[in-house]
Amino acid sequence: MTGLIVQQAVNALTIGAIYALIALGYTMVYGVLRLINFAHGEMFMLGAYAALIVVIFLFPNGAGFWGALVIFLAAFVAVGLIGVAIERAAYKPLRHSSRLAPMLSSLGISLAIQAAVQLVAGPQPIGFASLFPAINLQFAGANITTVQIGIILCALLLMFALNRFVAGTRLGINVRAVSENMRTAQLLGINIDRAISLIFFIGPGLGAIAGILYASYYGVMTPTMGVIVGLKAFTAAILGGIGSIPGAMIGGFILGILEVFGTAMLPILTNGYLGTEYRDIFAFAALILVLLFKPSGLLGERVSEETMVYKRDF
Amino acid sequence: MSVSAANVVPKPTKLVGVALILAAIVLAACVPFMPNYYVRVLDSILIYILLGMGLNIVIGYAGLLDLGFVAFYAIGAYTYALLASPQLDLHLPFLLILLIASLLGAIAGILLGIPVLRLRGDYLAIVTLGFGEIIRVLINNADRVTNGPKGIASIDRINMFGLTISTPKDIFWLLLVTCIIVGIVVWRLQNSILGKAWMAIREDQDAARGIGINTTNAKLAAFAISATIGSIAGVIFASFQRFVSPESFTFQESVLIVLIIVIGGVGNILGVIAGAFILILLPELLRDYAEYRMLLLGLLMAVLIIVRPHGLVPRSFTPASLFAWFRSR
Repeated sequence: MTGLIVQQAVNALTIGAIYALIALGYTMVYGVLRLINFAHGEMFMLGAYAALIVVIFLFPNGAGFWGALVIFLAAFVAVGLIGVAIERAAYKPLRHSSRLAPMLSSLGISLAIQAAVQLVAGPQPIGFASLFPAINLQFAGANITTVQIGIILCALLLMFALNRFVAGTRLGINVRAVSENMRTAQLLGINIDRAISLIFFIGPGLGAIAGILYASYYGVMTPTMGVIVGLKAFTAAILGGIGSIPGAMIGGFILGILEVFGTAMLPILTNGYLGTEYRDIFAFAALILVLLFKPSGLLGERVSEETMVYKRDF
Repeated sequence: MSVSAANVVPKPTKLVGVALILAAIVLAACVPFMPNYYVRVLDSILIYILLGMGLNIVIGYAGLLDLGFVAFYAIGAYTYALLASPQLDLHLPFLLILLIASLLGAIAGILLGIPVLRLRGDYLAIVTLGFGEIIRVLINNADRVTNGPKGIASIDRINMFGLTISTPKDIFWLLLVTCIIVGIVVWRLQNSILGKAWMAIREDQDAARGIGINTTNAKLAAFAISATIGSIAGVIFASFQRFVSPESFTFQESVLIVLIIVIGGVGNILGVIAGAFILILLPELLRDYAEYRMLLLGLLMAVLIIVRPHGLVPRSFTPASLFAWFRSR
């Protein structure tokens, strides 16, 4: 029994870490532009494909530690640049129109990217060899792989780095100022375009790393894998309180725990009537429940109904 | 202001009615001479006009962004599929199912409406999105009832008043009549007290509450009416496809309906009609480039929104305003 719980806890941490990394991209963009960036799920998918391209061209015989580092870095930069380009082309012209417009243009971009990847790589699932050494470890009766440990460590490291960056560096402070109040930040001489570009570089970059980790974990990737994982990561960002970076991390882990334990418990609780196929429901059900009782998420700032009212949205 | 309201409201009602009826008559007069393929395209345009008018009540009039509208469409389609197919072996009459589906749609709309009453803007969008996904996952996995991903096939043809509705042309007439009825209802609603309450909520919820509008009831009514229309569209969809599966009710379908409204023009029936024509015809025209279709469609979506963020037909546009513009020249 303890073995089972430890096993599920590690599974939950693994998937939760991946959700958390993606959620960071959503929350940073939302914090600054108040935009639900639906194309972010595609950044996650592009990360896995970018990694595959690097593997094929540079490391066809397997990558060691340094090789893996090169792959991560290349995917981060490539997808980050794509993110910046998308912001320039599709969101910047809409910065002063209704808030619905950039959201829908992000949906268009997301469809286009999926279609483009399907054209180039084909719609079929592609196998992805883990970048971490795959060794099974026995711990407290649970079967844990080094891939899982690698994923968790890698995600935690990145989150720690992001936190240091946002809290401690000049650029990070600029980003925070812009997300606090764009107009005031501009008045104070901060180049808001540069800050927004930076967000659209880091967010998609982290999403890309999450994509590689996800593909390493499940060993497979598809052009549509960004859709449902992206939506779940977005719910994670809302669960934690959108706009809040620690909130996104906590939301990701909570979602991972809910999903893994929920899926494991459901067949037991319902006597096998409801099975694991309901996995995708947990994220959305949890989301609705949390929003009912705490509309600003777990770590979100306390907002009164007045500040949540965005007049003339549509 | 009361003066401007008095100026704007009564005349356009009739004019738009006449314009819509004229357009419908012209189209309808051509239909008997068209090949089936074109009629089928027209059928799906009409379905999306129906869906667009339904969703427009929530988005365009009440100003609440609903990204899970496809759930109601699915409820209608599955109601017809279950009650008129060998799946449960019930084969109920069409009009009875239409009534049941409308009721179920209204109930589902209220069920979604109650928890999301407190939410606005993006939070509302994401919760409705979640609702749509939950319904789809339920349909996909309740194998014992809905046959899961395999879907329900050999659904009955519509049979009412001794008429069998089977060919695309028959469906066209049915859809046309439904669209006209729904269009008139929506148009009347828009100018009713309830419609004014919705628009007040859209413009400023707190002020609306301040002048004594029961925002709760008005929003629930918007959700219920919109869901009912979505559900009716689903029933007709199921009857002309004669096959339903969860694949027809994905998030992308919701997005398509939102886009029809946004590209056509939010809060304007004419806009919905224009949007449906554009967004359903475009993929048909792109059929020759089948491989690049989704890519082009996605890019076009983005470009259309960047070029015209307020839609092709602005909210204030009515045939009367066009008439006034001509007079002023």
